[in-house]
Amino acid sequence: MTIARACIAGIYEHPLRVAPNHTVAQLHAEVAKGVLDDAGLTLNDVDAYFCAGDAPGMGPVAMADYLGLKKLSYLDSTDLGGASYLAHVGHAAIAIAAGKCRVALITLAGRPKSEGSSGTQVRNKYADAPDFAFEKPYSPAPLNTYAMCAMRHMYEFGTTPEQLAWIKVAASAHAKHNPQAFLREELSVADVLASPMIADPLRRADCCVVTDGGGALLVVHPDIAKTLKQPVVQVMGCGESTKGQMGGHVDLTYSGVAWAAPKAFAEAKLQPRDIKYASIYDSFTITVLIQLEDLGFCKKGEGGRFVEDGQLISGQGSLAFNTDGGGLCNNHPSNRGGMTKVIEAVRQLRGQAHPAVQVPNLEFALASGIGGALGTRHGASTLIMGRVS
Amino acid sequence: MSQLELKGHLPSPIINAENEPFWKAAQEDRFILKFCKACSQYHYYPRTICPHCGSDNTEWKESSGDGLIYSYTVMRRGVEHPFAMAYIALSEGIKVLSHITDSDVDQLKIGQAVKLVFKPTQDGQKVALFKVVT
Repeated sequence: MTIARACIAGIYEHPLRVAPNHTVAQLHAEVAKGVLDDAGLTLNDVDAYFCAGDAPGMGPVAMADYLGLKKLSYLDSTDLGGASYLAHVGHAAIAIAAGKCRVALITLAGRPKSEGSSGTQVRNKYADAPDFAFEKPYSPAPLNTYAMCAMRHMYEFGTTPEQLAWIKVAASAHAKHNPQAFLREELSVADVLASPMIADPLRRADCCVVTDGGGALLVVHPDIAKTLKQPVVQVMGCGESTKGQMGGHVDLTYSGVAWAAPKAFAEAKLQPRDIKYASIYDSFTITVLIQLEDLGFCKKGEGGRFVEDGQLISGQGSLAFNTDGGGLCNNHPSNRGGMTKVIEAVRQLRGQAHPAVQVPNLEFALASGIGGALGTRHGASTLIMGRVS
Repeated sequence: MSQLELKGHLPSPIINAENEPFWKAAQEDRFILKFCKACSQYHYYPRTICPHCGSDNTEWKESSGDGLIYSYTVMRRGVEHPFAMAYIALSEGIKVLSHITDSDVDQLKIGQAVKLVFKPTQDGQKVALFKVVT
């Protein structure tokens, strides 16, 4: 079955980055309203709802009731951590192609900034997981598990702290044009290297921001998309996977994207060289580097050379990435960066990115996500989208 | 930071029906691994059913406790007690997540030989850590 040609007809990124006086449910409702307004549809048009582990209560059961969604015939609460929302787009496209629904709403929201979350903390949400029983004494947190991936990459391939810093530099070069970005200061490689070491070899500037807020997407049948006000963006291919410790055969040099991406490219009938804009999940700089290799933009081990000297800066390098400033500078709501990855890719395909970072005449865009922990176990999803002229 | 000894403040593991033999052995300073008699491979963390081949014909075997550092990091900020986390490539052919203790953490290197030591956690349950062989 071809999943192709379902369309992303609505995008919305919550403008807040700190929301101490909101509830999480309220943020979900605000992004749902925002995305329907963007597409020119209403709650009554929605017949499918998708949410992940950030949704309060019993997932779609609680949220559909709260939001007032009365015509639902398709529900999905797949949780791949921050990569969930990319997978949701793929799942929605499949459901639309199968005739199960026609207008799918996907929402994400959270307030980790207001709740004091930090990447140095152990996430106790999954305390009943079989792995956590063994790993709890060792305090696995986002920072230390990703740091071990960076350390191994440097050992095997000679990747340098300067090369990782270039990823942050590119994100900051884009964020300076985004008035809503949490961090808007443009950084140099020296600035990144001067930031304090948190978990060797990752410095504070190698880490994404912690922000409140959220975002939403609307995936619709192509017959509906062409009646709506926004430029039409179609789903061309999707892939997903999980990768863990493989029973002890741990390999920190690649991610589940290595398995998800080929499926997405095959479905889209495209190659990495066809992609001129990519939203790459950027929980940490190393997350970007490993995905760029796994996506096939360069060979394994050559990510460091691929990103250096501004190669990810729009209008300057070979591949424009995260032109909103990404999770490294702009927004990482609910500690889940996949939603904003899809949103900026759609802005680019619509021609609605900031003029200073808009890729001209863009035909195809990619979004790639890793949710969970790269160094222990994670979900991965790759999404390829195209502009319909 | 250099020399760092971990003991007493590590969080305790979660003991359940499936992993209880592992923690009982740890109290006796024995690091036991699951070995699958169907596919002749070790796995980690231990399960009842082998994640390599799906067989339930698994047994506990004591590890040599010898290994090499596969990767590591020193968690320097944002935690009350800094620590060195590592994946250890055991001589049994699998890698385990642990900490490096009783070692100069500013001199750690991938590929260094390490050996098993046990340290108590907050509630007294011992866990497997590793120290650099000097």
